[in-house]
Amino acid sequence: MFSSLHAAIAAAEAQGASLARVALEAESRDQGRSIEDIRSALRRALDIMRGAVDRGMQGDLRSASGLVGGDAAKLREGPPGPLAGTLFRDVLARALAVQEVNAAMGVIVAAPTAGGAGVLPAVLTGLAVAQGIDDERLVDALATAGLIGAVIAERASLSGAEGGCQAETGAAAAMAAGAATEMCGGTPAQAGHAIALAMQGTLGLVCDPLGGLVEIPCVFRNATGAAIAMAAIEMAIAGIEFRIPVDEVIDTMGEIGRSMDVRYRETAGGGLAATPTGRRLTRERLVQLKKS
Amino acid sequence: MVSLLDIIGPVMVGPSSSHTAGACRIGLLARSLVGGTPQRAKLELHGSFARTGEGHGTDKALVGGLLGFRPDDERLREALDIAEREGLAYRVEKTTIAEDAHPNTVRLTLERDGAVVEVVGESLGAGRVRLTRIDGFPVEVSGALWTIVLVARDQPGSIARICGILADEGVNLATMRVTRKERGGDAFMVLELDDPPSERALAQIRKLEWVRMTRALEKVAG
Repeated sequence: MFSSLHAAIAAAEAQGASLARVALEAESRDQGRSIEDIRSALRRALDIMRGAVDRGMQGDLRSASGLVGGDAAKLREGPPGPLAGTLFRDVLARALAVQEVNAAMGVIVAAPTAGGAGVLPAVLTGLAVAQGIDDERLVDALATAGLIGAVIAERASLSGAEGGCQAETGAAAAMAAGAATEMCGGTPAQAGHAIALAMQGTLGLVCDPLGGLVEIPCVFRNATGAAIAMAAIEMAIAGIEFRIPVDEVIDTMGEIGRSMDVRYRETAGGGLAATPTGRRLTRERLVQLKKS
Repeated sequence: MVSLLDIIGPVMVGPSSSHTAGACRIGLLARSLVGGTPQRAKLELHGSFARTGEGHGTDKALVGGLLGFRPDDERLREALDIAEREGLAYRVEKTTIAEDAHPNTVRLTLERDGAVVEVVGESLGAGRVRLTRIDGFPVEVSGALWTIVLVARDQPGSIARICGILADEGVNLATMRVTRKERGGDAFMVLELDDPPSERALAQIRKLEWVRMTRALEKVAG
């Protein structure tokens, strides 16, 4: 796989191919698997992603602690806000839906992680419905997203314990932004700008889950992560360029993660987890969990 | 090397790739070390596994793995009830394994048909795992490949003999690690393979009179 997006974009431009194409070819070469075999694994991931969106939208799931669930359905059926009836509101609902399924021990695709699993399916399946995009293009988009995630894993991190939430929902937003930009007709270079634009918006984001559970704020960070991805896609396709090269933005995320205090890296020692209410909810709910 | 399918995956039961999917994989690897579902299991959780395990279903995922469920199996949610029905008596305890142990570490003591195995496993994040100790022997088993674990009398030629059997079956050896506690004592071998070992190869290895124990571990990741 590529260790820089600069190299992947250059390879795509040289061949007049998409990032999806160069990603599939690199994976096929690295792993000794046929492209069709890789696509069929990605097709399965797509099916699971759709299943999780549909399941979460039903609104009846609750997490182990009881603190999370039912909010995706509120966006679907609750009172209209300024975004009523838009793709944007639908994407937010989808992101919440997948994370509510995850928190309730339902089946999801960890892409890149379970904690950030809502962003990519929300953006890709939301856009596919709104714009009539077929499954083969969605599979291409998943390949592009995988390439972006692999570069982030190589240069920075995809783990909240290592890099904070910028490495989980931030990375997911970057993957979704780049993949969807290409899926919507953007060039590889525009996809690169979309990745950089999404990631600059999540730099420094800490991982501070109440009680260490993948519930609060994780579920909502997936919705706001999807929103950042949508903003990045819109800007990149409009021709906006981000002046710091995408690989340098990724390196920055890694550097910030390494210097982040351990309280902000999934330990529930700081941030929202350490607020008076965060501590109280943790105490009450964990006691309840032990009894059940 | 990072694979695209590691990033878009695994397909798993939530909520946490380290505390749920990783825990399940450790359970699966430990299960193959006793050759099937154990009758008794003691699970000692350390660090973050101990502190946040209940909310992440770490206990369910470990027990589910011991029952042979994979990380994407929805039965993980009901694994504790299923264990009771299937005659797996488990006990979960919280402990400190070592001050410098990985935050997500578990020690499993399993008993099946009179045989007892003690395993220590770590969940490294993103669903990746590592067994670090089997019956006191230091090991490194990731479950990303097919693995054979064997205990043999430490004698010249033993490694060559086993490699020969695998080569004759066309199985490619990816990594190999041999450890022992003392010279002339038992040698502990961990072989990671690119292809699943055939039943015939395993039977030939088991027939060697100086091999005391052979276990084939499933590939649980990748």
